[in-house]
Amino acid sequence: MELTSHQFKSVSSAKLKDVKLQKALYKAKDGFVVPRAKVVAELDNFEEIRQAAADVRDHGLAHLDVYLEEWEKQAQAAGTIVHWAESYEELNALVVKIAQDNQVKKIIKSKSMVGEETGLNRYVEGHGIEVKETDLGEYIIQQADEHPSHIIAPATHKSKDDVADLFAEKHQRPRLDDAEKLTHEAREILRPHFLDADMGITGANFMIAETGSTVILTNEGNGRMTTTMPRVHVAISSIEKCIPTLDDFALMMRLLPRSATGQVISNYVSMTTGPKRAKDNDGPGEFHVIILDVGRTRVLGSDLRDALRCIRCGACMNHCPVYQNVGGHAYGWVYPGPIGSVLTPAYNGIENAIDLPNAATLCNQCGVVCPVKIPLPDLMRKLREKQYERNLKSSAEKWSLRLWAYLALRPKLYSIVTRIMARVGKLLGGDSRRINHLLFGGKDWTRHRDLPAPRGRTFRDIYLNRNKTTNR
Amino acid sequence: MPARENILARIRAANKAANVADVMDSSVADRLASPPISPLPKLEWDPEGQFKLRCHESASTLDEIAQIDELPRAVTRYLSKNTLPTKLVCWPEFIDLPWSAEGIQIESRGAIGDDKVGLTGSYCAIAETGTLVLLSGQESHATTSLLPETHIAVIRRSRIVKTMEDAWQLIRGEVVSLPRQVSFISGPSRTADIEMTLVYGAHGPFRVHVIILDQ
Repeated sequence: MELTSHQFKSVSSAKLKDVKLQKALYKAKDGFVVPRAKVVAELDNFEEIRQAAADVRDHGLAHLDVYLEEWEKQAQAAGTIVHWAESYEELNALVVKIAQDNQVKKIIKSKSMVGEETGLNRYVEGHGIEVKETDLGEYIIQQADEHPSHIIAPATHKSKDDVADLFAEKHQRPRLDDAEKLTHEAREILRPHFLDADMGITGANFMIAETGSTVILTNEGNGRMTTTMPRVHVAISSIEKCIPTLDDFALMMRLLPRSATGQVISNYVSMTTGPKRAKDNDGPGEFHVIILDVGRTRVLGSDLRDALRCIRCGACMNHCPVYQNVGGHAYGWVYPGPIGSVLTPAYNGIENAIDLPNAATLCNQCGVVCPVKIPLPDLMRKLREKQYERNLKSSAEKWSLRLWAYLALRPKLYSIVTRIMARVGKLLGGDSRRINHLLFGGKDWTRHRDLPAPRGRTFRDIYLNRNKTTNR
Repeated sequence: MPARENILARIRAANKAANVADVMDSSVADRLASPPISPLPKLEWDPEGQFKLRCHESASTLDEIAQIDELPRAVTRYLSKNTLPTKLVCWPEFIDLPWSAEGIQIESRGAIGDDKVGLTGSYCAIAETGTLVLLSGQESHATTSLLPETHIAVIRRSRIVKTMEDAWQLIRGEVVSLPRQVSFISGPSRTADIEMTLVYGAHGPFRVHVIILDQ
C-alpha cells in the first residue's frame, strides 16, 4: 500500500470537518469500548493473564528462529508448502506464481493486513486474475476502491447510507435501506464466488510452532469458506505471528476477541494444518503458507521490539482520543492508531511518518488496554527522540525546545519569564478566561480548541504561598 | 532458498543485538515437549451450565436428549417449530437412525451449495466460551456445518470440557496428529460491519441448534 503518512496534518484536519465520518466514529467508539470493558471485567485475573500473554510473546520472539523452524518442520510434515518472502514484490509474485501454476482464474480472499501491506489485490488483478474480498467490511471497501480505515472493522468510516448507495450502484439492484438486507444481499452475491473460486487467500492471526498450523478468526464464516471451498489455499503471514504451543494459543484467545470486539470468542476460529487428507472429501488439495519479513527483523533488533508482540486486536485505536477524532485513513498506511504510529515509521522509515508519533497526547489509554502490554506511549516517545537525534524535527520545534531548555536551566530567569507570561495570559483571556487565538506555532493549537487562560499567578508563586500558609 | 536463510539469519542477529533476557524458565524444547498452561481465570461454574449460558449468549438454541435414537424426533421438533425444510445432509454417524418415521429426507455426504440443513456431531465442546469443536475428516465433512443455512450439532454431555486447554489435552491424548482443520464454532455466523449493527447469517449458517446427548 502506498504510504501517505506525510499528509497526516492536512488529511486529519479535513477528517475533523467530515460530518459523516464524525458520526460513524462516534458510533464505532461505543460499539467497541463498552463491550470490551464488560467482558474484560468478567476475568477476575485479567492483569495476570495479560502479563502471561506478554511473556509468551516475548519468549516466542526471543527464540523466533527456533520456533519458525519448528513450525516449518511440522507444517511440511502435514503437507503444507512453505515459502518465505523478504519483500512485498516477492510475496506478491509468489502468490501469482502459485495461481498460475494451478490455472487459477478466480480468487476469494479473507481479510489480511499483510495483503494490504503488499498491495496484493492490485498486483494479482494486474495479472488478469479476479480477486473477491469476502469479509463484508473488506468487500465494501473493495467495491468502493478504498483502503480499510480500521484493522478489524475496515469499513467503519462508511455509513449505512454510503453502503446502500454503493451496493445499488455496483450490484445494479434496487437500493436497500437496512444493515440486515444489505448484509444478506452481499451474502447472496458472494455465495456463488465461494462455490466456484479456484483459490482462497487468507491471512493468519497466528502460526503455531508445536503443530505447524495457521489460525484465522472470523465472525462471518468467510474464513472457513476461503480455507475449505477452493482447490488451492494460500495463507500469507509474517514472522512475528509465530507462537510456541496450542496452549499459548488458548491464552491468546482469552485476550484477542475480548480486546477486539468485546466477544468472549470469535464465532469461527479455524485452525488449518496442511491440505486435505487422502480420504477427506472437502478442503483444498494444495496448501501454501508464505511467511513475510519486511521491517520485522529490523524492529526485533531495535528498542521498538515490544511492538512485535502485537496481536492485531485494534483496542489501542478504539481507545485512542486521536483516532476517535480523525479515523484511520488520516494515518496514511495499513495500521492506524497508536500501533500504527509505531509500526508505520518502524517499517517504512521514521523520516516518512514524522507526524504519527507526535499525533498522540501520550495519555496511555492504548498502553492500558493493550492485551500484550505494549508500552505504546514509550515507543512513541522513543520515536520522537530518534526524530530529534536525526535532526528531523521542524526548526520551530527545535528552537522552542532549546529556548525552554535554556530557561529551565536558569530558575531565576524562568521565574521572571513565567510571571510575565501568566500576567499577559490573564489579560489575553479577558472575561471569558479563554484564549482562542494563539500566534505563531500556537495557531494550530487553537484552531480546534481554546486554551484556558492563566489566572495571573504562576505555579511556583502559588506553591510558595501555600508553603508559607502551612508553615504558620 | 535465500529468503528463508536470510530471514532466519536476520532474526538471530537481531536477537543477539537486542540482548534481551528470556522471561521464561523453561527452554524451547521443554515448552514444545510438554506445553505449560498459563494462568487461567477462576472457573467457578458447572461446565454444563456455563456451556448452556454461553450458547444462549452467542444466539445458539439448545435441546437435550437421553439417547441417540431420540435424535430424529428432536430434529423434527426443531425444524417444524422454525418452519425449516425437512431435507438434511448429515455426517455418516447419524444416517442409520429412524429418520423416515419422522418424514425426514436425509443423506450422508458433504454439503453442497443448495443444502439447507446440515447435521453434525462435535468432537468436544468448551464450556468457558460455549464453543463446539469440530475436527475435519473422512467421517466429519467440514462443509456440513458451513454451507447450509441451519446447522444442527450433537454434543455428548461427557464431552463438554471446561477450557480450550482441556480440549487440546483431549486432542493430544486421542488424535494422532491434527486434522486438516480444527473448527471452533460459537453460534451462528454474524457481522457488524455496517454501522456496528449486529446481523446474523453473514456467510455461514443463520442458525445453530445444539442438541446435548446424555449417553
